[in-house]
Amino acid sequence: MERIFNWGIYPTIDAECTTLNAVDKIAAYVRTTDAFIPRGNGRCYGDSALQPKIFSTLALNKFLSFDTVNGIIKTEAGVLLSEILEVIVPKGFFLPVTPGTKFITMGGAVASNIHGKNHHKDGAISQYIECFDLMVESGEILRCSRTENTEHFINTIGGMGLTGVVLTVTLHLKKIETSFIKQKAVKAKNIHAILDYFEQYQHYTYSVAWIDCLSKGDSLGRSILMLGEHATPSDLQAQQAKQPLQLHSAKQIDVPFMFPAFALNELSIKAFNFLYYNKQRQQEINNVVHYNPYFYPLDILTNWNRIYGKNGFTQYQFAIPFENGREGLIKILTKIADSGCGSFLAVLKTFGKGDAFSSPLSFPIEGYTLALDFKVSPKVFALLDELDKVVLDYGGRLYLTKDARMTSATFHQSYGTAFLHSTKFQSLQSNRLTI
Amino acid sequence: MGTLLLLGSNADVGQACAYRFAKEGYNILLAARTIDDYQKKLASDIAIRHNVKVENVRFDALQTAEHKAFYETLSIAPDVVVSVFGYLGNHEKGLADFEEAQLIIDSNFTGNVSILGIIANAMEAKKQGSIVCVSSVAGERGRKSNYLYGASKAALTAFLSGLRGRMFASNVHVATVIPGFIKTKMVADLPPTPKPITASAEQVAEAIWKAFSKKKDVVYVLPVWWLIMFIIKSIPEALFKKTNL
Ligand SMILES: Cc1cc2nc3c(=O)[nH]c(=O)nc-3n(C[C@H](O)[C@H](O)[C@H](O)COP(=O)(O)OP(=O)(O)OC[C@H]3O[C@@H](n4cnc5c(N)ncnc54)[C@H](O)[C@@H]3O)c2cc1C
Repeated sequence: MERIFNWGIYPTIDAECTTLNAVDKIAAYVRTTDAFIPRGNGRCYGDSALQPKIFSTLALNKFLSFDTVNGIIKTEAGVLLSEILEVIVPKGFFLPVTPGTKFITMGGAVASNIHGKNHHKDGAISQYIECFDLMVESGEILRCSRTENTEHFINTIGGMGLTGVVLTVTLHLKKIETSFIKQKAVKAKNIHAILDYFEQYQHYTYSVAWIDCLSKGDSLGRSILMLGEHATPSDLQAQQAKQPLQLHSAKQIDVPFMFPAFALNELSIKAFNFLYYNKQRQQEINNVVHYNPYFYPLDILTNWNRIYGKNGFTQYQFAIPFENGREGLIKILTKIADSGCGSFLAVLKTFGKGDAFSSPLSFPIEGYTLALDFKVSPKVFALLDELDKVVLDYGGRLYLTKDARMTSATFHQSYGTAFLHSTKFQSLQSNRLTI
Repeated sequence: MGTLLLLGSNADVGQACAYRFAKEGYNILLAARTIDDYQKKLASDIAIRHNVKVENVRFDALQTAEHKAFYETLSIAPDVVVSVFGYLGNHEKGLADFEEAQLIIDSNFTGNVSILGIIANAMEAKKQGSIVCVSSVAGERGRKSNYLYGASKAALTAFLSGLRGRMFASNVHVATVIPGFIKTKMVADLPPTPKPITASAEQVAEAIWKAFSKKKDVVYVLPVWWLIMFIIKSIPEALFKKTNL
């Protein structure tokens, strides 16, 4: 038995965690275990990867093939995106879709149907999955693709581990000329300005806005929009051009366990947001930065989740359709600003069209998506219940991989259709939400 | 770049060692008794992560009659050979049953004498090459609790020391790497050993890489083991026989 929790350190559970790498042993485990959930690197925030019995995929850590001509990589499911970058970047390839941390597994990427800052243009990871091997309830291994075992293929992408254990993943990569990003940062004085900018700059491959959640009135939703394109060799400064396909460094800074809870009171967040917003004196900045600070600004702090203290935090990420979305965002931002429950990070992105090859549990729907971090407290949970109502009113939904608290009713109202799966695979979350 | 022949790629230490050499750009021949699914994945993983060539080859330390053919049919003559295969065995069983005792002796000693003998002859003729072999502190003094294993490793250590002397004139480097306790599959079922004197497979691999790259003769994986064995070896036999080691 070990105390297990995911990135939000909330909730926690005593679980029996089994780590295996031989396929026959995994099959025996699957056949003989009544109820368990697969777990990758525990970078979901809440209880998606928690159960009294957990199968860890981290020993499934082998690269299986890399076609450097067509840019197709096949790995076991426990390989981390950070490891994949180490292999593919020097060969001129990049992940077609990447989340805000590189420390997630391939299996986790599939199970959450992850999205990046390019969803409005390139869609979710589902678009780039060639195939995967899935171990189902019987211990049998099914090769799933758009043409083989199609139903399993669809249900597993975004299926939150409820369809079986993904053993291997074959992924199409993106060709790059350099490992740098040509970045444009634009200041927006309020929510209207930022949403207009999103529209104006929608042709950019990458876009994301950092929102200051504490400003009110005319400044409600003041933010910085960060746009990006993969840089070409001619974009690079002399120093960068020496190593155009430079890798991220392995250097990490450790956050001591556990950061005192008072460090994150409203005042310190205000100061942080003020600094962040004012760091940028000009209206617009254009520069070329490495992919690591661009995509993974927080990865350098090994355990930044500890800054919220030992009771943990939760991330509230919702998506709402563009239609009336502006109004919905204003309502939500107002409620948050009024509550005084500051969110350290508030990240706004846009989603393009949903995709045909992902499960009914998959998150992205065309519209806006906002992600906010809150330190766990009764007051915060009351606020989030309020926000749920607004999200539902505007036809939105919450991201399961971030969730630890929504009600079953909220889930069923927003995701609608029933999701049939073997009871062998269940998580605290699927039980809570009666999925 | 050079090629490493890794004898014993089923062992954790062997695998760690293959990654260590691949990191330096060496192509790797992974030798194991059976080439199972895992060995194949290991090969692709090392090859892709480190951008080197990796091949699986079948090698059975106990089938000494096949060793010559094994070596001669390798796709390329290796520049470095690292031997980590071995068998801890069941000491109690070995006392009652000679077959077990022989398995211990042959796996740790006879197998190495055979394959390293063949390789040494080939390297001697070319006047170049390196052989690194993992022995054990258990071979420094026979203890009543595991002297079958200890004796086989003592013989191996003596063999390597003699081989080193013979090869010196031919510019062939022979290194003996002596780990103490190792945290690997071999001892996973035994009670845990004290942490400060237990090395990880990666630490042993690092010691092997150092022994090779710095042309060392004898390397203790954790230096404290040199001291421990120095003390153990200096205990007079009259006293030592009464100990419970
Ligand atoms: C700092 C940070 C930023 C993030 N940014 C984004 C973002 O921008 N976009 C985004 O989409 N997500 C984002 N995430 C969320 C993260 O990408 C997902 O939660 C991802 O699924 C985590 O992968 P993991 O390997 O850690 O899986 P875990 O957290 O261990 O598991 C997540 C889910 O995947 C399932 N699972 C894992 N492995 C397997 C397998 N082999 N077979 C079957 N099911 C499996 C689990 O059962 C669970 O339901 C972010 C997370 C963090 C911490």
